[in-house]
Amino acid sequence: MKRHLISAADLTRDDALLILDTAEELSRIADRPIKKLPTLRGRTVVNLFFEDSTRTRISFEAAAKRLSADVINFSAKGSSVSKGESLKDTALTLEAMGADGVVIRHNASGAPHRLAGWVRGSVVNAGDGTHEHPTQALLDAYTMRRRLGDLDGRRVTIVGDILHSRVARSNVLLLNTLGAEVTLVAPPTLFPVSVDTWPCEVAYDFDAVLPKSDVVMMLRVQQERMTAAYFPTVREYSRRYGLDARRLAALQDHAIVMHPGPMNRGVEIAAEVADSPRSTIVEQVANGVTVRMAVLYLLLGGSEPAIGGDVTPAGVSPNGDARRRSGDASRREDA
Amino acid sequence: MSAASVPAHGPSPDSDVSHKTVLEAPDIRRALTRIAHEILERTKGGRDIVLLGIPTRGVTLAARLAGRIAEVEGEPVPRGSLDVTMYRDDLRMRPARALGRTELPPEGVDDRVVVLVDDVLFSGRTVRAALDALNDLGRPRAVQLATLVDRGHRELPIRADYVGKNLPTSTREKVKVLLAETDGRDAVVLEVPK
Repeated sequence: MKRHLISAADLTRDDALLILDTAEELSRIADRPIKKLPTLRGRTVVNLFFEDSTRTRISFEAAAKRLSADVINFSAKGSSVSKGESLKDTALTLEAMGADGVVIRHNASGAPHRLAGWVRGSVVNAGDGTHEHPTQALLDAYTMRRRLGDLDGRRVTIVGDILHSRVARSNVLLLNTLGAEVTLVAPPTLFPVSVDTWPCEVAYDFDAVLPKSDVVMMLRVQQERMTAAYFPTVREYSRRYGLDARRLAALQDHAIVMHPGPMNRGVEIAAEVADSPRSTIVEQVANGVTVRMAVLYLLLGGSEPAIGGDVTPAGVSPNGDARRRSGDASRREDA
Repeated sequence: MSAASVPAHGPSPDSDVSHKTVLEAPDIRRALTRIAHEILERTKGGRDIVLLGIPTRGVTLAARLAGRIAEVEGEPVPRGSLDVTMYRDDLRMRPARALGRTELPPEGVDDRVVVLVDDVLFSGRTVRAALDALNDLGRPRAVQLATLVDRGHRELPIRADYVGKNLPTSTREKVKVLLAETDGRDAVVLEVPK
């Protein structure tokens, strides 16, 4: 049974294309006088945010509301979590309320996977620690496809703090599924140890990669997750790995510049680059709502989810193999 | 047929149904021409009409009807497509489906006579969903319904204004509309389970 969206690796190529095609059709309702569809009427979506987020939470909320779902927002601040309630107890509370879908953001990698073993509804990972952020990868792929067409054979360069980035991991997995070639660029200290097992290339020289890129995606330097000195100074980082006007000029004419936000203007991306017509940064936010509508519709709209991966019951460590295993059908009931 | 040639899980799709062609290409052509004229008559020369096809084959039929009407009246007819998937009442009985396209002509639907076009009218549930979808797109002055085949068995109080062919069927049978644009040839086929 396909039920959750926890990793971009949960999606087959057909799943991913179905989401992108669905989003393409849904994008049209943004131009309508009534920007609402009755599809998820009577379904409840809980936004469970244990970590600060503006755009992702609002984006999921808007997506669920445009599909007429009931939305319950839960943020860790001001909740029983600050009184020491565990994730499991929070999950059981949600279960008692009858949540059909749970959107979770958590600072611990693997939290959505654990949650999926405890609740009956579909779990959507909205970012867990330094692990994954699959809907961001989907909206990025959607944005690329709108600007460039089919992603097969496209070259995507992702630059910056790969080590702390869940966006990078999800993008590498999804873009690989969609047939694009990904190159990661960062100082050696900002690559995770296991990066050689990822389906992508690794480079240290940004300037050498620029001319052959169709997409350059800049990642935020995540100061809040940096507990050690990963580079000498911000200025040096910016000089070697920042996207400025000079580097923008080295790109091919059709190439686009992306950033998942929030940006540190002047660090990884120059203000003039962020505001240039080749930047898709504002588009990415708008596309986020559409893509999340597609994900919620495909997970919750029918008798059973049309996309996503299964999760074995709690107790199995979150790794790719365990996630793919089927079983546990007895626990599944239709809401 | 010998047992050995039958796959383990039931016979192949073709062996347990018989196909009967009820409309050939010329019949479909004549039916559409007649419907086009009826639309013009009923709407006093097609003033303010918008043809909205329901994907997939309704869109093709709407395009053909628009062509016929334009031939007669000498003016193009606004047309578009109306996907009803998100408004269906049976969404929760099956896994979520891929969506079709909703595309309105620039004129919109407000204060216009919308003619919904579908290939087969059966339970009427698709048309109900289309009326709901239309409600979110604007306020037409009137809504009419054109269908190539009316096969009966309505489950809702819905009736077509323009019908290509009334086809009495049993609920066990299936009506398939084939159109050159999507299926390579024009025909209406009745599939009867043996």
